[in-house]
Amino acid sequence: MPSKPAGTLYRGKVGMWSWVLHRITGVAIFFFLLVHVLDTSLVRLSPEAYDVVIATYKTPIIGLAELGLVAAILFHAFNGIRIILIDFWSKGSKYQNAMFWVVVSIAFVIFAIFTPRHLGNVFG
Amino acid sequence: MSIVIEPPRTAKPKRTNWEKWGWIYMRVSGVALIILVFGHLFANLWVGEGIKAIDFAFVAGKWSDPFWQVWDLLMLWLALIHGTNGMRTIVNDYAEREKTRKRLVWILWATCVALIVLGTLVIYTFDPCPANGTPENLPSFCPVNQS
Ligand code: HEM
Ligand code: HEM
Repeated sequence: MPSKPAGTLYRGKVGMWSWVLHRITGVAIFFFLLVHVLDTSLVRLSPEAYDVVIATYKTPIIGLAELGLVAAILFHAFNGIRIILIDFWSKGSKYQNAMFWVVVSIAFVIFAIFTPRHLGNVFG
Repeated sequence: MSIVIEPPRTAKPKRTNWEKWGWIYMRVSGVALIILVFGHLFANLWVGEGIKAIDFAFVAGKWSDPFWQVWDLLMLWLALIHGTNGMRTIVNDYAEREKTRKRLVWILWATCVALIVLGTLVIYTFDPCPANGTPENLPSFCPVNQS
C-alpha cells in the first residue's frame, strides 16, 4: 500500500486550485447574501433605518471589501461556466486547463475596468 | 455469436434521485444567476454614481417597477437555493460525525427558507411612501414631496 498518492494528475495543479477557489468564493458569496437579505429588509422597518445601514456600504473599508465581493463573483461565475463546459462539452476536459486561464483573464479584465470607477464612487 | 443484452440493463430506480436533480439545479441556476447577479451589480454599482446613489429612495424607484421586483424575486430564490445546496455539499465533505452533518444541513435549509420568506415578503409588501418616512428620505414621487 502506498503511503501517499504519488504523481496524480490532479493534486496541486489547475484542476485542484480552481476547485479550491470555486469553493472559497461560493462560501464568501453565500455569507454575504445572508447579511444582504437582512440589510435590504430594513426598507420595511423605516427609510431612516435603511439609509443609516446602507451608508456603511459607502465607507472606505466596506467599499474596498465590495471589490473583493465583485472579484469573488467574477471568478465564481466564469469558473462555473468552465465547470459546466467540462461536464457537457465533449472537449471540455481536454481544454479545462486553457479554460481556467480564460476564466482568470476575463475576470481580471472586467475587474480592472470596474475598480477605478468603483473607487471613484467610494472615495470621490 | 454476439451477446445480446436486453434493455433495460439496470433496474429503474424507484425513488427520485435528489442528488441528480441537485446537480442539474446547480448548473441551470448558475447560468440564470450570471444574468441576474451581473445585471444587479451593473444597475447598483456601475450605472450613475454606483454605490453612492443607493438609499431608500433608490430602492423605492426600482421596486415601483414590476420588472425589478420579478428580477430580485428570481435572484433571491435561485441564489439562496444554489448557495444553500452548495454549502450542503461542503458540509457533506467535511462533517465527520453523522449527527453533526445532519444538524448542519438542517440549519442550512431552515436559514434558506426563512430568508426566502423574508425577502419575498419584503419585495411584495414594500411601500415606497411609508408614513414613518421624512420627506428627505422619501422618493420625489411621494405625495409629501409633491407640492
Ligand atoms: C456590493 C454589491 C451589492 C449592492 C450595493 C447591492 C444592493 C442592493 C440593493 C440596493 C437592493 C434593493 C433592491 C434593488 O436595488 O434591486 C438589493 C437587493 C437584493 N440583492 Fe443586492 N447588492 C449587491 C450585491 C448582491 C449580490 C452579489 C447578490 C447575489 C448573490 C445580491 C442579491 C440581492 C437580492 C436577492 C436582493 C433582493 C432582497 C430582498 O428580496 O429582500 N446582491 N441589493
Ligand atoms: C453567478 C453565477 C453562478 C454560477 C455560474 C455558479 C456556478 C456554480 C457551479 C457550476 C457549481 C458547481 C456545482 C457542482 O459541482 O455540482 C457551483 C457551486 C457552488 N456555488 Fe455557485 N454559481 C453562481 C453563483 C453563486 C452564488 C450567488 C452563490 C452564493 C449564494 C454560490 C455558491 C456556491 C457554492 C457554496 C457552491 C459549492 C462549492 C463546492 O461544492 O465546492 N454560487 N456554482
